[in-house]
Amino acid sequence: MATMWTTRVRRATIEKIDPQDALPDNQPSYVASWIYVFGVLTLAALAVIIGSGLILTVRGASWWHTSGVGHYVNSVHLWAVELFFVFMVVHLWGKFWMAAWRGRRFATWVTGTFCFLSSLATAFTGYLIQGDFDSQWIATQAKDGLNSVGIGSFMNTLNSGQALLLHVALLPLGVGLIVVWHVILVRKNGVVPPLDAKEIAGGAA
Amino acid sequence: MSTKERNVDLAKWSGPKRPYDLVKELVIALVVVTLLIGACAAVFGSPDERAVTLQQWGQNAPSDFVATATGELAGSTISAGYGAPYNDAAEGLTLGPLKLQKWAGITIPVNPAEDFVLKPLKSSIDSAVPTAVATWSAASADQQAKWAEDYAAAIEKAGDSAKVVEDAAYGPVPVMTAALLHLAQEGSLDGLLTTEVTPLPSDFTMPLLFLADGGYFDELGAQQHLHGDQWGMMNETGSYPGQSWLWMFSFMYQIEPFKSSENADSQIFAMLFLLNLGFIFMPKLPLINRLPRLIPFHRLIWRRYYRENNL
Repeated sequence: MATMWTTRVRRATIEKIDPQDALPDNQPSYVASWIYVFGVLTLAALAVIIGSGLILTVRGASWWHTSGVGHYVNSVHLWAVELFFVFMVVHLWGKFWMAAWRGRRFATWVTGTFCFLSSLATAFTGYLIQGDFDSQWIATQAKDGLNSVGIGSFMNTLNSGQALLLHVALLPLGVGLIVVWHVILVRKNGVVPPLDAKEIAGGAA
Repeated sequence: MSTKERNVDLAKWSGPKRPYDLVKELVIALVVVTLLIGACAAVFGSPDERAVTLQQWGQNAPSDFVATATGELAGSTISAGYGAPYNDAAEGLTLGPLKLQKWAGITIPVNPAEDFVLKPLKSSIDSAVPTAVATWSAASADQQAKWAEDYAAAIEKAGDSAKVVEDAAYGPVPVMTAALLHLAQEGSLDGLLTTEVTPLPSDFTMPLLFLADGGYFDELGAQQHLHGDQWGMMNETGSYPGQSWLWMFSFMYQIEPFKSSENADSQIFAMLFLLNLGFIFMPKLPLINRLPRLIPFHRLIWRRYYRENNL
């Protein structure tokens, strides 16, 4: 039975998950600061981005130019992105000053940085597909940078169709997977203790 | 860092705990953030400056349009001398010995004189155009360049293409560019430059490259504070925050040595690549990874913990 692929996958995944780690109803006493809220605020803003993005996707790329409701949904999408980045940057700085990579949490930090960088790419393609002057300007300006290092030969900012598909399919999938991975690592490894907590933890070591 | 300390970081926390309702926190955050975003959207909205068309360019700045079309024929525009991925007119930007732009190859072939001017003219109903195009095609490359360069110089001297006096020195160029202008003004050029591959276009490479070669589009960008020296594409039209997260990217274009470098684009991309590597591997960087200890913001974050434990 141990050689069954299904058994191996179950042992490597589900059986390794402690329900108390996955959905804890308590946290170490040091988890008491507003800085901890910014991670969940980032996730909340991401949820609004996905929700408003799905509406825009269903109604089509030019809907928001002709409909008042569409324009509002587009505005929600825009401001969700703006706040998403604000929350994420505060979260990131918080984690830096907490040296949150300690205790084999380096992978958590790395997935966090990839969340940020993949979000930049996703937001950038969003600006390319608005179908307005901003899109035209950003596309014509950004092409030079991308072309200069060879990326432009494969990702053409002037091709709205390519940018649209990247924005609604490939990149959100990438961001989503990295965010899920990041959250799993956070839950698996727990919240990093305060710096110099060794004297207090005592027996925990 | 002592072994004991590392163990504390690694170990499952066995010290005091406090109730923490994660799901409740997420739901409250979702409600608050949704309301906040909804309010921002209602109060501030979002920019929607209408996209520029070739028709608009032809109608509002006909002289600039004709001068740009002449430049495409002369091979003197940005697109005509760009290099990869559009053509082999230039080596492209380099990064020291690395010719990344050139090595990536010509994957989006663009011949500005042919694609922006000669091909669209096949749809012109102006009876003088076939003869003008035939004259152009039969001429040597040097002759073509001389006609176009002379006409471009005449436009620049007159300040307006409409004021240039007819002269045989310009060959068929005035007829060709006037016919192209007419195609633009009546609105058909926008379609002609996008529908060659499919009548249902999603690729605007041709019209945008042509538009960006002209002064009209550039002027509109300047009016909307979108130029490179105005922090470029980080901004949006109107008074919106734009892509503020690209501040580092835009910032580098404002400072030396990048500001005056011919290879600024590739150099800045290389710098950002290195900075992002540093960002990803920050926990492994000497000194940087000590900053949280040296500058004790963590005392503020965990002040309750330190106070309660007399640390």
